[in-house]
Amino acid sequence: MTDIPVTNDVRLGEGDLPELYRSGRAKQARARRNRILSYIAGLLVLAFIVAIGDWSKIQRLYLDPDKARSLFPDIITIAAKNTVIYTLAAFLGGVAIGLLMAIMKMSSLRPYRWFAVTYIEIFRGLPALLTITLVGFVTPTALGVKFPEILGVPTAGIIALSLVAGAYLAETIRAGIQGVPPGQVEAARSLGMTPNQTLRIVVIPQAFRLVIPPLTNEMVLLLKDTALLSALGTTTATVELTKFGRDAFSKDFNGTPFIVAGVIYLMLTIPLTYVVGRLEKRNMRTR
Amino acid sequence: MTAAEITAPAIELRGLRKSFGRNEVLKGIDLSIAPRQVVCIIGASGSGKSTLLRCVNRLEEPTGGQVLIDGIDITHPDCDLDLVRQNIGMVFQQFNLFPHLTALGNVTLAQRKVLKRSDDDANRVAREMLDRVGLAEKADSYPAQLSGGQQQRVAIARALAMNPEMMLFDEATSALDPELVGDVLDVMRTLASEGMTMLVVTHEMGFARRVADHVVFMDQGVVCEQGRPDDVLGNPQTPRLQQFLEKVLEH
Repeated sequence: MTDIPVTNDVRLGEGDLPELYRSGRAKQARARRNRILSYIAGLLVLAFIVAIGDWSKIQRLYLDPDKARSLFPDIITIAAKNTVIYTLAAFLGGVAIGLLMAIMKMSSLRPYRWFAVTYIEIFRGLPALLTITLVGFVTPTALGVKFPEILGVPTAGIIALSLVAGAYLAETIRAGIQGVPPGQVEAARSLGMTPNQTLRIVVIPQAFRLVIPPLTNEMVLLLKDTALLSALGTTTATVELTKFGRDAFSKDFNGTPFIVAGVIYLMLTIPLTYVVGRLEKRNMRTR
Repeated sequence: MTAAEITAPAIELRGLRKSFGRNEVLKGIDLSIAPRQVVCIIGASGSGKSTLLRCVNRLEEPTGGQVLIDGIDITHPDCDLDLVRQNIGMVFQQFNLFPHLTALGNVTLAQRKVLKRSDDDANRVAREMLDRVGLAEKADSYPAQLSGGQQQRVAIARALAMNPEMMLFDEATSALDPELVGDVLDVMRTLASEGMTMLVVTHEMGFARRVADHVVFMDQGVVCEQGRPDDVLGNPQTPRLQQFLEKVLEH
């Protein structure tokens, strides 16, 4: 055996480099210069905003500590709580409708497919605010039904939001179901499972794992759309965050409630996206 | 039970045809597999061997001919396929384990939902089957945590847990890294020695030669040559089989 030369005293960057390849140095310098210019541009914009803003006025009108304190505890115990309840209720309703529509859209029966397509096109195409007012005001008049309040929740608005969410979720869930590999269905059927069992216990659980990210996205959108429910009128017990903020604002035209409400919205949505990121990672491991 | 039923082949194909659009993949296959017999189907890709296998439990819908399981015509329009399939285990090239369930969950699912076994019974059978394929200690692992060979053995355990009368293997080792093929083939060989009726589509000529009772060579949608493994693999009669074996055994 020949001796292999020991080369552990060679240093990084001390090798030979032909002239042709030395243009890398100039490219790195250009990239560094561009980075510095970007920082300077950003700082200039920031300085401009600071210079033109009337900061004492901004603080008085948007960051008034006394006004902020006066919002508590109601903004949490009533408004934020209602926002969360409305979101969850509409989301559950939306998932139920979405799942039903997704399955109908993949049905072998043509009328079911037509119904699902029509439903999805209508409720995806209409503004949510229009659907909410339609369900809340016109339906009771037209059909002579009165939506009951269940546990203090105004159901008309929740139903309307569920209808809208259901239309969006139907397509998401359908994509999830179709994203499950056909081999899964074949394996289930080869074990003697019926088409129904296969869908219920093999396909749908996997489909939901696939669509967790878009599902959460829909939940965040829904959380924000609960602000539209105030169009149906609210009481001090059913008020949600945005309406609560507007009511507090209209007392003295101080904008602080909007800032507080905004912070609370973000405190709800940002953890939600974070939790989903974690769930996604965990699912990656089990797939 | 009448004498005719006792002597009926486990699997019998009569003039089986299958077309995908204009493309006829199976052009009238006759094949008979006795109970406890191990039959290997070999042939180039595109010869129709996987399609034939998938017609046996009607995962693929035949376009002509008959498939008889234990003498029962399962191509009859009134046939309850879910019932038939409980008796025919199937193992796929891509394993097709349920990724959201543990190994144990994979093996218990159909027992509980199809055979309506209690959780305790299903778990007991599942652990027994996982032990049989050498994976007792992997019961709580998810498929993604297992190697391809281990996943395929779980898939075999999943099929066996239904106490099937016969097993279909669709290129069960083709998706595996070479060093993992042996473990799966060992399980299949043991199964064969225990008297399981097996129809095996494979590229493993060694397995076919040592384990099969009967080898079928398919080419362009027809059975080109069949017989005892030593005859078919050792003394091919048709030029097409000779060419095929040359190509396969070259390496």
